[in-house]
Amino acid sequence: MIALLLRDMRLAMRAGGGFGLGLAFFLLVAVLVPLGVGPESATLAKIAPGILWVGALLACLLSLDRIFALDFEDGSLDLLVTAPIPLEGVVAVKALAHWTVTGLPLTLVAPVLGVLLNLPEAGYFWLVVSLGLGTPALSVIGAFGAALTVGLKRGGLLLSLLVLPLYVPTLIFGAEVVKRGADGMATATPLALLAGITAGAAALLPFASAAAIRINLR
Amino acid sequence: MSLWEYANPQKFMQLSRRALPWVTVAATLCLIGGLTWGFFGTPDDYKQGSTVKIIYLHVPAAMMAINAWVMMLVASLVWLIRRHHVSALAAKAAAPVGLTFTLIALATGALWGQPMWGTWWAWDPRLTSFLILTLFYLGYIALWQAVDDPDTAADLTGVLCIVGSVFALLSRYAVNFWNQGLHQGASLSLDKKENVADVFWFPLLVCIAGFVLLFLTLVLLRTRTEIRARRLSALLARERMG
Repeated sequence: MIALLLRDMRLAMRAGGGFGLGLAFFLLVAVLVPLGVGPESATLAKIAPGILWVGALLACLLSLDRIFALDFEDGSLDLLVTAPIPLEGVVAVKALAHWTVTGLPLTLVAPVLGVLLNLPEAGYFWLVVSLGLGTPALSVIGAFGAALTVGLKRGGLLLSLLVLPLYVPTLIFGAEVVKRGADGMATATPLALLAGITAGAAALLPFASAAAIRINLR
Repeated sequence: MSLWEYANPQKFMQLSRRALPWVTVAATLCLIGGLTWGFFGTPDDYKQGSTVKIIYLHVPAAMMAINAWVMMLVASLVWLIRRHHVSALAAKAAAPVGLTFTLIALATGALWGQPMWGTWWAWDPRLTSFLILTLFYLGYIALWQAVDDPDTAADLTGVLCIVGSVFALLSRYAVNFWNQGLHQGASLSLDKKENVADVFWFPLLVCIAGFVLLFLTLVLLRTRTEIRARRLSALLARERMG
């Protein structure tokens, strides 16, 4: 499993792996929003938590179809299904690899983009905490969507349509944490709910994803 | 004699052929009766005027939008556990009907909200959850369309329906947490003493019965169509082989 994790990460990091794409997209969102909304710092400070979360979510969405599609095309997914490690574990590891090359870097650059969007000072800590807790859920849910659409040609748009409604609770609680943190309010409730979603999704969704892959490879 | 006998397509076709005319007539009578009673036989509300009468379309459509998803969930579970094809096809047949009810609820809600709240749309929890429900329906239908092999499509949409139900419930509570709404609370609860006044309540019940029967009619009709389409493609396949 560790070998699989390292392999997936190496593949994603290499040229053409789409590693920088999500980060570049995130940066673009943070640059374009002030250009569209206008430079008033009060307005930007108000919308910064939401924009940063939406940007991170969409950046995450960009690379979802790569989780299984490439392995499906070259046949290595068939090998993974017949391998002696459980498929549920494979799915979890691939989601983890996806998070390490997208969610984690997004979390780390988010404070820099927070400066561009004039995020209030109290919000930075909560921004990193909430993205760090929430983006794993995005990867796990995304892996489920990717597993559903793995056998399809041009599954990209369908993947977004399937995954976006599933992202709603994560987005709401994640953005709420940052908003409350930036306003100096207590963040324990949304943070606990966000952590609950991540824990629940990571524990249960790999089973559904593995079932979907088995159906698709039948 | 058990319910599972009707999982046999032959039996199901026989039963539904006999039941369909009755259900259709009952749905028509209930809808015409309930709506006429509601629109012309009830007084205007002292505050809302005649706009209150949108309730006769809005409430039943919204109820059935949610119940259609629940029915799809049950049918998907039956398909995944017991592999009855009729069940999978019934879930497939119910999805566009449920989507239509969701859109009716949203549209009538907008028409009602405009004079009452002064806006077509507000990010109220109930409105938002219905918008999210629309997205779930769209994704479900799109997945059925996208997968070629019918059994694979039934399996994948079944899994999506189960996972989607969990997330739809989560979203419901998440949006409640996120915003307090303009929408009034539940007004048809069975455990409450005071609901909508009786003059409005009885025609509303008839309308709800009409929508339930309408849903049943459409789902039976569409399931029969799906079964026939499946038989036709089997015949065509046999023709090509021989």
